[in-house]
Amino acid sequence: MRLIQKAADWLDLRLQLGAPIHEMALHQVPRETASWFYVFGSAALTVFLLQIVTGILLALIYVPSAGEAWNSLQTLNHGISLGWFIRALHGWGSNFMIAIVLIHMVQVFLFGAYKFPRELTWILGVLLLLVTLGMAFTGQVLRFDQDAYWGLGIGASIASRVPIIGPWAVSLMLGGPIIAGATLSRFFALHVFVIPGLLIAFVGVHLLLVLKLGINEWPMPGRVVRRDTYVKEYRELTLKQGVPFVPNAAWKDILFSGFIVLSIAACAIYFGPFGPGGQPDPTIIQTAPHPDFFFLWLYALLSFLPPSAETPILLIGPGIAIMVLLLLPLVAGEGEKSWKRRPIAILAILLIAVTLGSLTHLGEHTPWSPVMNAWSSEPIPSAYLQGRTALERGGALVFQAKQCHNCHSLDDKGGRRGPALDSVALRLNADQLIRQVIQGGGNMPAYGKNLSPAETTALVAFLKTLRPAGQEPARDASRAVALGASQAKPRQ
Amino acid sequence: MSTENEMSRRAVLLKLALFLNGIVGAALAVPIVRYLLSPMIRERKSGYESWVSLGGLEHFPAGQTRLATYRNPIINSWDGETGNIACWVRNVDRRTFQIFAINCAHLGCPVRWFPQSGLFMCPCHGGAYYQDGSRASGPPERGLFQYQYKIEDGKLLIKAGEMPTPGRAADATREGPRCA
Repeated sequence: MRLIQKAADWLDLRLQLGAPIHEMALHQVPRETASWFYVFGSAALTVFLLQIVTGILLALIYVPSAGEAWNSLQTLNHGISLGWFIRALHGWGSNFMIAIVLIHMVQVFLFGAYKFPRELTWILGVLLLLVTLGMAFTGQVLRFDQDAYWGLGIGASIASRVPIIGPWAVSLMLGGPIIAGATLSRFFALHVFVIPGLLIAFVGVHLLLVLKLGINEWPMPGRVVRRDTYVKEYRELTLKQGVPFVPNAAWKDILFSGFIVLSIAACAIYFGPFGPGGQPDPTIIQTAPHPDFFFLWLYALLSFLPPSAETPILLIGPGIAIMVLLLLPLVAGEGEKSWKRRPIAILAILLIAVTLGSLTHLGEHTPWSPVMNAWSSEPIPSAYLQGRTALERGGALVFQAKQCHNCHSLDDKGGRRGPALDSVALRLNADQLIRQVIQGGGNMPAYGKNLSPAETTALVAFLKTLRPAGQEPARDASRAVALGASQAKPRQ
Repeated sequence: MSTENEMSRRAVLLKLALFLNGIVGAALAVPIVRYLLSPMIRERKSGYESWVSLGGLEHFPAGQTRLATYRNPIINSWDGETGNIACWVRNVDRRTFQIFAINCAHLGCPVRWFPQSGLFMCPCHGGAYYQDGSRASGPPERGLFQYQYKIEDGKLLIKAGEMPTPGRAADATREGPRCA
């Protein structure tokens, strides 16, 4: 014991770190901030450390070469003892990190912690969010499978739409004319050197600012932030009801971080690693590329934007969103901190959460994508065929053979790109059905050139049977009148 | 020599040293930036595209659309499978061909051909194209990208080498005719 003490003294005489660490640990924080609401920042840092450790472990095996990356991932999963577990820890760690960073950001926003004098802390936090998302995207590329390959294609297509410099931006992003070895190498360099370097630098300054400026006090309704009085008020608050950070607040931080790491490990064991999916061979086209969870909302948004609005929104939207986040503390640096007095802040959070949540939900179910194999794998429900005429059944055959089922569902099976057709006969009469099939429209291709008159007749006969029992089909109410009128008054 | 002069002399020397370092930094920045921009500079100089064979014409029967693959002309030994590129070859009437890029004109996902309904469908965001490559429905703003082609010694050649993207539609990737 004495020997350890002697060694510590020897080191401290040279390093002189004991006193600052002691001071840091015991610095006074407002009593209420020793709260479970204040644990997310330290948890994010813990997960980041876990990512560094697991990332280095993966780099021992991973080969950042377009020809070998996928094989090295297979080796990690199956050939190296517990390689799958390290991959799973890194993959789940990435998901947890984004989730915790987002929760931390929401908490900081709702507690008004971005206000004076902590504006720069918030701005660095926004940069940390961006580099964290950058890590997620580049990491998804390093899992070099079909999703990664086509995800790069999507990235290149978006980059190419930048006016004037678009084509050059694509070459720069891909490192060459196509997605290949050079592309993977540069994403490896970004994921392993450039972005982590930025992350470490930003985290360092972010933490330094938290120590220098003190943790944000618990917001009280009516306690308003003013630039000329705040620093004094905060000092009085910590003097009056301050507690040392260690142990009063630190035990919650440490316990929560441990719980998070345990949760990541539990997910890693239970769910296992992410992929890799199919080989990154661009000649295998039987694939439906899908981004990772945290980019699903973007994937959904891209399919709902009208074509004309897509490029401007894609190129300008992110810039505006980032500017709003960066400028927030500079514009709203004073005033109420408590969420109880900031209804617009709460509405903004709710709006963003509902928007991202709905888009993510849609991104999971991709109702806009044709189900590419529905025509050959989803039979027409037998109830829709019983008691039908030969012509109507022939129409059902056309329905399958011409891939109508890929976009239209019957009895909840098949694509959702177009409307479900279970009761189409209630909405469209025979003439309208023929017109829709032949001319298309409303986002449906025209089938006029690919259906013979006989096939069209059969298909429409089948579609006319698609209505709930006991309900009358749609009919043109004016037809009888028009026909009746022409019969009553023959043309002159 | 007074202390003040001494100080100012040192200060000048410090500024001079900083200035020299600035020059060294700028001189080093030129090759570094050029190295970083090399994918762009190379493209400008010679272009990435060249004529690639898709094989004999007998592989592409008249009136049909078939998948063809080729090895990208510019490739490194470590590119592996990513150097193999697919495209759709439509033999219109034995003499006329249309060669479509595999990449959807929306965001580059691989489109699939359905001969029964005469449509190309994209699995990502649901873009659809007619058999002549023109846009049928969905988010794409234009038809499928097309390669230039020529026939030599009974072989079909296309001018390829670069991934087509909406903003990079060079002469080799002009838009297909619109369906009437």
